[in-house]
Amino acid sequence: MHVSSTPHVRAKSSTTQIMLTVIIALLPAAVFGVHNFGIRALWHILITVSTCILSELVFDLITKRKVLITDFSAVVTGLLLAMNLPVAAPLWIGFIGGFFAIIVVKMLFGGLGQNFMNPALGARCFLLISFPKFMTNFTYDGVSSATPLAVLKSGGNVELKDMIFGNTGGTIGETSMLFLVLGGCIMIMAGVIDMYVTASYILSFIVFLILCGGKGFDPYYIACQLAGGGLMLGAFFMATDYATRPVTKKGQVIYGIFIGIMTGVFRIFGPSAEGVSYAIILGNLVTPLIEKITMPKPFGYEKPVKEKKGGKA
Amino acid sequence: MARFTFAGGIHPYDGKDLSKDKPIKEVDPGKTLYFPLSQHIGAPATPIVEKGQRVLVGEKIAEAGGFVSAPIHSSVSGTVKGIEDHRNATGDMVPCIVIENDEQYEEGLPLHQKLFEDMTREEVIGYVKEAGIIGMGGAGFPTHVKLSPKDPSAIDCVIVNCAECEPYLTSDYRKMLEEPEKLVRGLAIELSLFPGANGYLAIEDNKPDCIRVLREKARKFDNIFVRPLKTKFPQGSERQLIYAVTGRSINSKKLPADAGCIVNNVDTVIAIHNAVDVGKPLYERIVTVTGDAIANPQNFKVRTGTLYSTLVEAAGGFKSEPEKIISGGPMMGFAMFDIEVPVAKSSSALLCMTKDEVAANSPSPCINCGRCTEVCPSRLVPAKLADVAERFDEESFLANYGLECVECGSCSYVCPAKKQLAQAIKTMRKTALANARKRAQK
Repeated sequence: MHVSSTPHVRAKSSTTQIMLTVIIALLPAAVFGVHNFGIRALWHILITVSTCILSELVFDLITKRKVLITDFSAVVTGLLLAMNLPVAAPLWIGFIGGFFAIIVVKMLFGGLGQNFMNPALGARCFLLISFPKFMTNFTYDGVSSATPLAVLKSGGNVELKDMIFGNTGGTIGETSMLFLVLGGCIMIMAGVIDMYVTASYILSFIVFLILCGGKGFDPYYIACQLAGGGLMLGAFFMATDYATRPVTKKGQVIYGIFIGIMTGVFRIFGPSAEGVSYAIILGNLVTPLIEKITMPKPFGYEKPVKEKKGGKA
Repeated sequence: MARFTFAGGIHPYDGKDLSKDKPIKEVDPGKTLYFPLSQHIGAPATPIVEKGQRVLVGEKIAEAGGFVSAPIHSSVSGTVKGIEDHRNATGDMVPCIVIENDEQYEEGLPLHQKLFEDMTREEVIGYVKEAGIIGMGGAGFPTHVKLSPKDPSAIDCVIVNCAECEPYLTSDYRKMLEEPEKLVRGLAIELSLFPGANGYLAIEDNKPDCIRVLREKARKFDNIFVRPLKTKFPQGSERQLIYAVTGRSINSKKLPADAGCIVNNVDTVIAIHNAVDVGKPLYERIVTVTGDAIANPQNFKVRTGTLYSTLVEAAGGFKSEPEKIISGGPMMGFAMFDIEVPVAKSSSALLCMTKDEVAANSPSPCINCGRCTEVCPSRLVPAKLADVAERFDEESFLANYGLECVECGSCSYVCPAKKQLAQAIKTMRKTALANARKRAQK
C-alpha cells in the first residue's frame, strides 16, 4: 500500500500535455508557412527541432541530469525558432540557432523553467546580430523583397487582406495573422494561456500607435501594424512563455503593457521596421522586477501596525 | 456583502455518487474497541478506568486533560482490557483504552436530566464539554472552547460548515438529509449562547436537496438562514467559509471569533443537540466508506473505537486490491499503511483507491505556469514557497507569508509538473511554527 503526503489526487494536466498543446496550436501557422514559402521551410523546421532535441539530450547525458526531452519543450523551442527564420537563410543557421537556444539560453541557466529569456527569441536575436545579412534577407516567391512592414515604414502601400491571410514575405511562421490567432484561441480554450499578457500587449501597442504613430486613429494603419511582422506570433506564443513572464496576474498586465510600448518605440522610432523580438526580450529581463513589486498580499492580510513610541502603558 | 465563495480554489472529481444515495446504516463494532486518548487538539485525556472494570455505553472513560482538551466516552458496554499503544490514522503509536465489547449495549446514565429551558449559559457549555464534543470535520478542536470566546457579545454569526467540499465524502450530506431537525435544533442551541447573532447553514450548491430541506426547517426561526455556496474546494476551509458567508477575511493569527464568527461542522452541531437535549455524550459518528476498491460503498453510523477493518468488511470488503487507503478525503486525509486503526471522533471517511495518482506522476521541474498561484485560497505563490522550503530558507519562507498557508493541497493538485508543493510547504511550516514557539518561550 502506498503512503504519501496530501493531497492524494492530481489534475490530469501535465507539462507534456501543455507542450503538446502549444505544438498543436503552432501547427496551423507552421503548415501555412511551408505552403507559403515552399519545402525549404520544412527543412528549416526539421533542422531546428532536431537540433534542439539533440542538444538537450546530449547536455543532459554529459551533465548526468535526468533526461527530460519527453516533455516536448525542446520541440516547442525548435518550432518557434524555425518560425522566426527567413526562408532564404542558409540551412546551417538552424543548427547554430537551435544549439544556442537550448544550450546557452536554456540549459546553462538550469533548464526547463529556469531560463530568464525565451530560448527561441534569445537565439533569434543572437542570429540577427551575428548574421544580419542572412536574417534580414526576405524572399517571397523566390524574389528578394521587403516585408510589408518595411514597405509600410517607408511610406508605401500594402495589401491588408494578404497580410491577414499571410500571403506575404516575412519569417516562416509570422506572416499569417489568421492562423496565429487560431493557434492562440486553441491555447486559450485548452487553458494553456489566458488573455492577460496578450491582450495588454496588443492593446497598449494600439494605444501607443494612436498616440505616437504619427497617423492618429487610422484603422487601416493599425490593422497593418498588427498583422505585420512578428506581433501576433510574439503576442500569443512568445510573450506568454511561462518561464519568462511574471507569474502574478497584475504583473502580467504590466509586462504586457511594457512590451507593447517597447514594440511601438522600436517600430516607430527604431531603424528597423520590426521590434517584437527585442521588446519581448527586454520584457523578459524586467520580469523579476515586475514580479517583485506585484507579489500578492495573502488572504486576510493586515498592514503591520507600527507601535508608537512612548505610548500609554 | 456576502460573496458566497472565495477567490481561487479547484474543482477535483468529486466521487460522491459512489455513496451519496446510501442511507446511514448502523454497523456492528466488533469484539475489541480502541479509544485513543488524544482524538482532539490540545492535551490528551487522562484515563479514569482500570483494567478489568466494567463500563456502560456512554460512560466516561477518560477525563479532559486541561481546558483545551476533551473527555472520552465508551461507545459500547464491556470490560476494560487495559491501556495499550495502538496505531492511529496518522500512523503513530498512541496510548488507547482497549475495551472488550460484551454486545449487551447496556446504556449508562445520561449526562444530565435537565431541560434546556432551565439551563444557564455556563451549564450548556459545561454539558458540551462533558459530552466530549470536538470539531468533527477533521481538525478536532474542542467545541466548548470555541463556544467560550473572550467576548460573547461580539459574536454575530454562528456558521454551520455544511460545505463538505472534500471529494468522496458524503457523511455530512446524509446527516443533513436524514436529521435536518437535529441540525437546526443544534444551531438554535448555539444561538441561545450568543444573543443577537444570526445562524447560517453554509451549504455547497451541489447539494440542492439539502438546501431545500434545511430552508424549510429554518423557516420556523427568524435568525437562521441557509447560505448556498459555490461548489469549490476548499470552500469548507474555515477562513474561506467565513469570507464566503460574511465577507470578512481573517489571517492565520486570528480566530473566527475575532471576525465575530463561530464555525462548527454538521456532525458537531448535531452532537451539541444530543448533549444538551438528550444528555448523550459523543461516542458515535457517521463515516463514509468509499472508493473504487470498495465492493459496496456506504455511510455508516459508527461507534468510535471501531476498527476501520471492521468497516471495510461491513462494506462488502475490497472488490479489487487497493493501492492507497486514506482516512478522510483525498485532498486532506491521511494515507494509511494499516487499517487496524480505530475510528476517532474526527474520522470522516475511509477512502480506498485502486490507483495512487501521486505515485503515478513523478515530479518534474517547475515551468512557472502560475496555476498554483491562481488556485491558492490564501493568495500565496506556492511554487515560490516550495522552492524556498526545499532549501530550508526559513527567513524567505516567512517573508513570503508561508505561515498563511491553510494546507489545502490545491497547489499540488493543479501542478502540471506534479511537484509536491503542499508537502514541501507543510514541512517547512511545521518547522517555522515550532521555531516561532521556541522564540516566544524565551
